[in-house]
Amino acid sequence: MDITQLSNLLLEIFYIMIGLFMGITMVFTLKDKQHKTRIGTALFWGILAVIFMAGNYIPSMIVGVLVVIIAILSATKQINIGTLKQLDETFTTLKAEKLGLKIFIPSLSIAIIAMLVAQFTPFSGTVAIGISAICALIIAFVITKAKPKELLEDTNRTYQSIGSFAILPQLLASLGVLFTSAGVGDKIASIISNVIPSGNALIGVITYCVGMALFTMIMGNAFAAFAVITVGIGAPFVFAVGGDPIICGTLALTAGYCGTLLTPMAANFNMLPAALLEMKDKNGVIKAQAPIALLLLAAHIVLMYFWGF
Amino acid sequence: MELIGILIIIIGFAMKLDTIAVVVVAGISTGLVANMNIAEILTTLGEAFVANRVTCLFLITIPVIGLCERYGLKEKAVMLIKKASKLSAGKLLSGYTLIRETTIGMGVTLGGHPQFVRPLVSPMAEGAIVAKYGDKVEEKDIEKIKAYSAASDNVGNFFAQNVFIANAGVLLIASTLEGMGMPVDTLQVSKVAFPVAIIAFILWTIQNTLLDKRMQSKYADNRKNARGEQ
Repeated sequence: MDITQLSNLLLEIFYIMIGLFMGITMVFTLKDKQHKTRIGTALFWGILAVIFMAGNYIPSMIVGVLVVIIAILSATKQINIGTLKQLDETFTTLKAEKLGLKIFIPSLSIAIIAMLVAQFTPFSGTVAIGISAICALIIAFVITKAKPKELLEDTNRTYQSIGSFAILPQLLASLGVLFTSAGVGDKIASIISNVIPSGNALIGVITYCVGMALFTMIMGNAFAAFAVITVGIGAPFVFAVGGDPIICGTLALTAGYCGTLLTPMAANFNMLPAALLEMKDKNGVIKAQAPIALLLLAAHIVLMYFWGF
Repeated sequence: MELIGILIIIIGFAMKLDTIAVVVVAGISTGLVANMNIAEILTTLGEAFVANRVTCLFLITIPVIGLCERYGLKEKAVMLIKKASKLSAGKLLSGYTLIRETTIGMGVTLGGHPQFVRPLVSPMAEGAIVAKYGDKVEEKDIEKIKAYSAASDNVGNFFAQNVFIANAGVLLIASTLEGMGMPVDTLQVSKVAFPVAIIAFILWTIQNTLLDKRMQSKYADNRKNARGEQ
C-alpha cells in the first residue's frame, strides 16, 4: 500500500470517527424529551453522520437530495440546541486548581503533533490533523482520568453548540464547485475585465484583496466571499498572471477578514459585543477597528504583490 | 444570468435569511440557469459535498477540547489572565490579543465576546483606566475602552486562526483551490498565515499604545490637579 492509498484510508477512518461523533449527538438529541424540535435536529445530525461514514458508497444524487433536506430543515428552523448539561463550575474550578497547567497539554498536543507529522512524515496536513486529534484524545484521558461517558457528553455539548455552522464551510466549498461547473467564474472574470486591464499583477492583486473585503462587508461572511471571489477574480487576474495560488489565496481570506472588522453585517463580532458591553454607540466596535482594518488591508496588498509573485 | 447565484447569496446574507438554505438555493439556481437538469445538479452537489468532507475535519478535534473544558481549561486560563491586572489598559488588551492569537493558532478557542470579553477583559481594562486616573474618566472614554476590548478579541481571533492547520478557513482555502485543480497542503497555508498573525498583532499593539498615550495626556494633568487639591 503506498502513501496515497494509506492517506485516503486514514482520512476515511477519520470521517467515520466524525460520523460517530455526529451519531452520538443524534442519540443525545433523541433522548432529550424537552427538545422542541427533537426530530428535526436528530435528523440533521443523523443525515450528516450517514454522509460522513458512508459518503463514498452512497450514489452522489442521493447525497445531493440529503443536502437539500438539510437545507429545508435549516430553513424551517428545525436545527436547534437542545437542553445541554452545562459544566459544573465548582468541578471545573477544582480541577483547574488540581491539574494546573497540565490541562493545556492535550490542546497544545493537537497543534504540535499535527505540525510535526505534517513536517516530518510523508503525510499531508489533513491526515496529520486526524492523527494528532487521536493522540490528544488519549493524552487527555491519561491526564484527566476522565470516564468515557464524559467524552460522549462533551461531544454532544460541543457539537450542538457549533450546530449547523459545522457544515457551512463544506457547503460553501461545494457551492464553489457548482459555480465553476456553471461557468460563474468566467462570467465575473469577463465583467471585471471590462473594467480593469488583465495581465497586470498589481491591479489584479488590489482587485482581489479589495474585492474580498468589499464582498465580505456586503455578505458579512468571508467564507462565502472567498468561494465567489477566488473563482471570479483570484484565478483569472492573480493566479493566471503568475501569482502563487497558496500564498495569494491564503492572504485573500484574511483580506476578507479586514472587511469583517468593518461591517455591521458581521453581527456576532461587531454588534453583539456592543450590546453585551452596554455601549451607547452600536457602531463603536467597528469605529475602533477601522484604523487597523484599513492598514491591514494595505499590508495584505503589499504582501501578496511582493511575496506571492 | 449566470450570476443569479451570487445575487441570491448577497441578498440572502444581507437579509439575514437562513444561511444554509440560501447557499443551497443559490447553488441550485446557478445550475438551473446554466441549463443543468435537476439530476445533474443534485449529483454535482452531492459529489462536491462528499469530496469536501475534509473542510469538516476540524470537528475531530472538538470533543478533546470539550473534555479539557470540563477539567478546567477555561478556568485555568482565567486564573492566569487575572494575574496580569496591574498593567495599563492598552498593554492588557495587547496581552489579551496575544493570548487569543496564540491559543487560536493552536486550534483552541479561548475567548469570545460572551465568554471572555464581557465578564473578564472589558471589566479589567476599564478597571485599569479607573485605577490609574480615578473617577474623572469621561464616559465616552470608557465606551472607547469597551470597544477596544471587543476589538482585541476580533483581531486576535481573525488573523491568527489560519495558523492552525485544522482551522475551517484553512480547509476551505485548500478545498476551494483543489476544486479549481490546484493541489494544496494545509501546512503550506498555515505557514503563509503566520506573518499575517504577527503583522496584525504589531498593528493592534501600536493602536493600543496610542490609546494609552491619549488617555495619559488627557488625564495625567487631572490627576495632578486632584492631588493638588488634597
